[in-house]
Amino acid sequence: MPHLPHHSPAALPLIDLPGPDVTVRRLRHPGRWISGGIVLLLLAIIVRAFAVGQIQWTVVGQFLTAGVIVTGFGWTLLISACALALGVALGFAFGIMRLSENPILRFAAWLYVWIFRGTPVLLQLLIWFNIALVFPRLYIPGLVDERMVDVVTPFVAAVLGLGVNEGSYLTEVVRGGIGSVDRGQKEAAHTLGMTPGQTMRRIILPQTVRLILPVLGNSAIGMLKFSSLAATIAMGEMLNAAQRIYFINGAVIELLFVCAVWYLAGTTVLSIGQYYLERHFGRDAATATSDRRGFWAWARRPAARGEA
Amino acid sequence: MSLAVKAVGIRKSFGSHEVLKGLDLEVAYGEVLCILGPSGSGKSTFLRCINHLETPNGGYVWVDGAIMGYELNRGALQELPVKRLRAQQSQLGMVFQHFNLFAHRTVLGNVIEGPMVVRGLSRDEAEARAMGLLEQVGMAAKASAYPSQLSGGQKQRVAIARALAMEPRVMLFDEPTSALDPELVGEVLEVMRNLARGGTTMIVVTHEIGFAREVADRVVVMIDGEIREMGAPQQVLSDPGDPRVRSFLSRVLA
Repeated sequence: MPHLPHHSPAALPLIDLPGPDVTVRRLRHPGRWISGGIVLLLLAIIVRAFAVGQIQWTVVGQFLTAGVIVTGFGWTLLISACALALGVALGFAFGIMRLSENPILRFAAWLYVWIFRGTPVLLQLLIWFNIALVFPRLYIPGLVDERMVDVVTPFVAAVLGLGVNEGSYLTEVVRGGIGSVDRGQKEAAHTLGMTPGQTMRRIILPQTVRLILPVLGNSAIGMLKFSSLAATIAMGEMLNAAQRIYFINGAVIELLFVCAVWYLAGTTVLSIGQYYLERHFGRDAATATSDRRGFWAWARRPAARGEA
Repeated sequence: MSLAVKAVGIRKSFGSHEVLKGLDLEVAYGEVLCILGPSGSGKSTFLRCINHLETPNGGYVWVDGAIMGYELNRGALQELPVKRLRAQQSQLGMVFQHFNLFAHRTVLGNVIEGPMVVRGLSRDEAEARAMGLLEQVGMAAKASAYPSQLSGGQKQRVAIARALAMEPRVMLFDEPTSALDPELVGEVLEVMRNLARGGTTMIVVTHEIGFAREVADRVVVMIDGEIREMGAPQQVLSDPGDPRVRSFLSRVLA
């Protein structure tokens, strides 16, 4: 048996025990204060650098609400919304096909994902923009017969390029979402006599949407930013508008900052919308939006996944 | 007594493992049949074959004048389109071990789903009938709750109401109390006891020997994918002829 010293620091005789109302002193965390102070200092240095740097902040303020910029931001929003809608539609269509009993449908969905997820979105935009080089005319008997350049305008090319690319990502998201709905849900629907279509529409998909809503929110935020790529195919969205202005007045960084402010405003609004959407749909166990203390608690949450 | 269910030579394999080795069973209307047996004996698989959640590899199940999943065509079984199979399946109410309530629907929403979507009832009519059933299982007060807010016993009572809402010919129970905390088992068994008293035809896969002894008209003991013993509960449970059944019962009754 090991010998215990009589006066070890752990030895507290019963007679010395305090009463139940004894004061508790919390552990201090000086490290937190120091690291917080360092970070605040660095932030202050960065802010000061920009404040005294060669940026004419008055020009930033002046162009923030310029008609061309606001119109450009309108186009940015429109492209993003259309492309996201297209992406979600394609994602659900191909995501369901990925799980089809029919191997040919499964293969087609796999091919779609393989091609559009495997090539850069900028490249896809350029190809859509130049699709007239491959197909000079768009001819569908009895419906359309037009020159391709008239059909695929920069706007159409932007929506197709961004939407089809997003759809390839969402296909995998939808497939995973459907796969993670409990098998028993489907069996219960079947024993009630619901057809596969009814089961998918009424039981599986509503629960899938709840599961993938956070991803869809990230998609929307990502799309708002990726729409700036359309500037390269002569689409007059916000970045393109800003470029056209600074080619003339030379206020390059000022106009880029104007864009940054608008993009941040847009993504912030989307983040808030995403929070309320998730909370609304989170009222059952299908999604785990456990924290309901408010938007700010959510905004300060630790980053769980790399957001686009 | 007219026949409700007749299973003929049911075989089922998963890969090379033969789970069911040619089972025959008849259940009459109004009868309560309990299927007992050690875990892995194939009793759940047998129940799932009866309502075609699993397609048997051999044999077939006749329910109330039709063969599940097939129609007899020039001496052969022609597989039915999925819509007609589902219509047949809706004649058999199923209660699952893990409840399988629709997580995105309220208690009431769960119960009206089948009648509205499959039977085409109006919402008002479906809700009125659903509330009656929820009353019957003692869950009317929780009609607007979501499944995640319920205890296991409450979930299972809602699941029973949901199955009853389709007015099935036969109710199938797949270990309905196995996933419950011990103190919640009683409330579910009580609902089932009331159903049995009301004359509902029931096939119950269970580990509750006491329930089987009290409520069942007949008891089946399955071991290794075969029916080893069948008969009145007093006879099967107290004096089984088969030595493996005797050893199983002595273990669960101990």
